[in-house]
Amino acid sequence: MSENLIRLCLLFGQLSLLAFGGANTILPDMQRQIVDVHHMMDAHTFAALFALAQAAPGPNLMVVSLIGWNVAGLSGAVFSILCIAGPSSVLTFLVARVWQRFRDAPWRKAVQNGLLPVTGGLLISSAALLIRSTTLDWSLGLLTAAATVLLLTTKVHPMPVLVGAAALGAVGVVG
Amino acid sequence: MVPSPPGVAALFIGFFTIGARGFGGVLPWAHRAIVEERKWLTATEFGEVLGLCQFLPGGNIMNVSIAVGARFRGAPGAVAAFLGLMAAPVAVVVALGAVYDQYAEHPVVRRAFAGLAAAASAFVLAASLKIAAPLRGRWLAIALTAVTFVATAVFRVPLQLAMPVLAVLSILVLWRFET
Repeated sequence: MSENLIRLCLLFGQLSLLAFGGANTILPDMQRQIVDVHHMMDAHTFAALFALAQAAPGPNLMVVSLIGWNVAGLSGAVFSILCIAGPSSVLTFLVARVWQRFRDAPWRKAVQNGLLPVTGGLLISSAALLIRSTTLDWSLGLLTAAATVLLLTTKVHPMPVLVGAAALGAVGVVG
Repeated sequence: MVPSPPGVAALFIGFFTIGARGFGGVLPWAHRAIVEERKWLTATEFGEVLGLCQFLPGGNIMNVSIAVGARFRGAPGAVAAFLGLMAAPVAVVVALGAVYDQYAEHPVVRRAFAGLAAAASAFVLAASLKIAAPLRGRWLAIALTAVTFVATAVFRVPLQLAMPVLAVLSILVLWRFET
């Protein structure tokens, strides 16, 4: 195992139990560690890999696998996903057995309610950091704004939006 | 009405089809496969499992595979469902990664990626606005959202520190001061 892969596994293993609200809430910290602290890739590549993972089938967390692949090849892709999934899966396995008892407990509602602003703030951080690395010029910023409005106001399927945006880029309308 | 509970192999195959079809979000496919097609769970049971999986840390759909697998076949079931879910997406991502490595420098590919990445940013922005929308009018919750944003995006506080501190702060403040 390369030094970078061990570092990735430790990072993902730690982030696993912090990923309240799914993969996108840990993006800011992933970017901070992978891009800013350990310089495994630049912010632009990080954003491109995130975009690629969005366009692929499967859970949002696939970006972790793609980062692993980029840093350390096939073993990187496999170990990264096992490290991000391991700790949270063990927790889910254990809690699933006793969940019925706590489902309607008042403290559970308080915890869930209290986590919401933190999850929301982390997601806004993710969006801000991603937009900073994907807005290479004003036309791409406009594309992000237009796609956001489209996603918020219509029930459009994500796939045509991604394909359309890639096509606009390829033919040179944006970027 | 209730068919016999799925075995380890059936769990692997069922979740494999969910992972392989999950373009643009896996959750709707998971509901369709588990509730409508295979009838492993009722809609209510699925909702309860999903509630737990959204409450716990980790990828929501990964947690669903663990919880559903464990419910029917214990630890082997959980492992089978998880591996089934991840098999196709990991293979696709590795193939895409290989193609990306090869053609990343090609001008047309690079421009297509710039467009794709701009749209991917829009997905996260739209998701964050949807999450934040119910907080409208709740000034304490909005302030806590803002503090989280400033801490993680502006000051880049490590999540290992920010998450426990902000989570405890937010839970206590909202529990004490919000009715």
